[in-house]
This record gives sequence, structure tokens and C-alpha cells, in this order.
Amino acid sequence: MSYQLDFTNLIPYLPQFAAGLWTTVELTLISTFGGLLLGTLCAQGRISQEAWLRTCCSCYVEVIRNTPFIVQLFFIFFGLPALGFKLSAWQAGTIAMIINLGAYSTEIIRAGIDAAPKGQWEAGQTLGLTRRQVFWHIILPPAYQRVYPAIVSQCIIVMLGSAVVSQISVEELTFSANFIQSRTFLSFESYMIAALVYLLLAILMRQTFALIKRITFKNPSL
Amino acid sequence: MVQFTDWDILKNLLLAARWTILLSLLAFVGGGVFGLLLTLLRSMRNKLITYLIQGYVEIFQGIPLLMQLFLTFFGLSLIGIEVDAWTAAVISLTLFSSAFFHDIWRGCIEALPKGQWEACKTLGLSYLQTMRHVIVPQAMRMSIAPTVGFSVQIVKGTALASVIGFVELTKAGSMINNAVFQPFKVFVFVAILYFIICFPLSVLARHLEKKNHVAR
Repeated sequence: MSYQLDFTNLIPYLPQFAAGLWTTVELTLISTFGGLLLGTLCAQGRISQEAWLRTCCSCYVEVIRNTPFIVQLFFIFFGLPALGFKLSAWQAGTIAMIINLGAYSTEIIRAGIDAAPKGQWEAGQTLGLTRRQVFWHIILPPAYQRVYPAIVSQCIIVMLGSAVVSQISVEELTFSANFIQSRTFLSFESYMIAALVYLLLAILMRQTFALIKRITFKNPSL
Repeated sequence: MVQFTDWDILKNLLLAARWTILLSLLAFVGGGVFGLLLTLLRSMRNKLITYLIQGYVEIFQGIPLLMQLFLTFFGLSLIGIEVDAWTAAVISLTLFSSAFFHDIWRGCIEALPKGQWEACKTLGLSYLQTMRHVIVPQAMRMSIAPTVGFSVQIVKGTALASVIGFVELTKAGSMINNAVFQPFKVFVFVAILYFIICFPLSVLARHLEKKNHVAR
């Protein structure tokens, strides 16, 4: 009944935790940049004048948003090689995370774009800018600023979702915890450490995003 | 060797999908009840309770669901409670969704003007009366859309129960794949089944959101 938590025997494994943490951070950074870029492009696609492009982008968003991340991951890692696309676990995990964040951020960014007054589009076009120029220079920056909190939460959710890529043996934090607990049988303790690190990482990410916001957004009125 | 036809694959996946749905329903109801309790406790505005609940929400929103499943699965057996994958999945999904439901509903209550509380106090209504006749009816209408929206997250969250060995849709998919070696086909089927469950919920949530938006 009485179980003593034992953390001392985990100390030799700290480098392994650190290595896992580094992979998690790496995955998060790459997928945040890649996902937001993909999301921005798809958001542009969803307001495009080409009907097929709009349909493609909304299909992508709906499919990704209505299936679990782990199934997407398994599909990319196990399913695509059957078609001839061979991917390493790390590549598959990164691609899955980018695609996942891409779909969610498309929706978020589009909401920000929808909120832009129509007059801005018209004014831009009157000034002789092309639709694409208006989008990138006039509509997008305040749109990002409007939906920034939602983007931050979504990026944090994707960071937490990176725990799932341990299932295709990407050696990130959860994988390290799994490995260490299988060596030491201190399952609860190693998962507790990993959980704590995730918690700290989530808090750290929120702080970093707040800092980025303070530096980049010049118009505080929005 | 037994041959699996496409229909066999689909049939087995459909059988497993029942567990996904059951697990989602249990997590939805359990999380709903527990989340409601938290919301009511918090609306009493006791400082200590508020801090505790804030910590609770922070923990469950800041730790991956997968980690929560592991901790429940291994943690409960440490304190001497024997848990199978099913129980661990129900418990951790319930706790997970209660934290999110609480956050959603608290937002709805806080979105109501403070003057309403004050007005009720002036009218001599007790806390429970205020809740029952003034706050809850309004907050409820606001909260329906995000609540339905979150149910999609719960369904998708149940997929992680496969990792601790509970045989639901995803686990059944990997098991069948191990037998037939047709990962592309199997995981497309799995994805389609999840889509069939989740998409109507998403559409409903969006519809409710629009309706609610017009009403206000």
C-alpha cells in the first residue's frame, strides 16, 4: 500500500531526459514555423477567387480537424510508405505536426482575415496593389494580431501533441520517459518528471509568445 | 491463413468504433458533471478554491493527454488500486475534459455583465436563486456551441487510449494492420470512421455558433 516515490535512481538518466527535451523543442519550433506558414498560405487559399482552391483548402482543414492526430501520424508513417513515400520517424512526426497545426491555424487566421473591414481590400486595390499584395501587406498583419491569443494556444496544443509522436519511436521527451521507465521500473516517477517538464514548457512558450507580441506588434489598439 | 476482405476490415473497425463512442460518451458525461461542479465551486468566489481550481486547470491543460493517461494508468496501481486500460482511460479522459469544460463554462459565466449579480443581490436573491434563475439560463445558451465543439476534441482524445492498450478504433486499426499489412487502406478506413463521428459534431457546433451570434 505505502509506496515511496524514488527519484534518486533517475538522476543517472537526466542526460536522456535532456536529449528528449531537446528533440521536443526542435519538433515544436519546426512545426510552429512550418504550420503557421502552411496555415497562412491555406488561409489565403480559402479566400482565393479560384473555386477549386477554396474547396481544396476547406477539405484539408475539415479532414485534419475531424480526425485524431495519432491516426494522421500513423497514416503518414505506416500508410504512405505503402505508396512509395519512405519517411523516417522523425520526418513523419514533423510532417504530421506541420500538417496538423496548418489546418487549425488556417481556421484561426481566416477568422482574423474575415474580421478585416472590406474597405481595406478596396482601398488597397484602388491604390493599385494586387490582391496578393493587399493580402500580405495590409490584411495579414492586423489579422495575426487579432487572433494572436488563439494562435498561441494552438501552438501550445501542438507542442503537447508532440508527446504522441513517441508512438512512432521519435526519441522525444515522452519516448525518453518510456525508455527510462522500462529500464528502471520507476514508471510513475519518470512520467511525473516528463509531465512537469511539459508543464514548464507550456508556461515558457506562453511567456515567449507574449514577449514576441510586445516586440513585433506596433499597433496596440487592435 | 485467414484472408481478410475489405468488408472484414471495415466490420471489425465498426465493432471497435462502438468503444470509441462509449468512451467518448462516458468522458463527456463524467467530464460535464465534474466540470459543472468545479464551475459552481468557483463561482462562489472563495479565494482558496479559485486558486486550487486554477492550478487544476493549468495542470490538465499544460500536460499532454498521453502523459495524463500514463500517469493515471501507472499512478493508480502504485497506490494499490488495480486499474485496467478501460478504467484508466475513462478516469483520465473525464479529468481532462472536466478541466476544459470548466474553462469554457467559466468563460460563459464571466461574459455576463457583473451588474446582473449586483442586481440580484439588491433584489434579495440568494446565491442559488441567482444561479438558477438569472445566470445559468443565459450562460447555458452561450455555452452550448463551444461545448459541442469540445466534444469533437474528446472523441479525438479517445484515440490516445489505444496507447495504454485499450482496444478502440485506433488500436483496432493497428491490430488489423498487423494482420493484413495494408496500412494505407486500414488507416484510411480508421480516419473515415473518425470523420463520420466528428464531422457532424463540428458542423453542429458551427451552426449553433452562428445561431447564437444572430440572437445576440
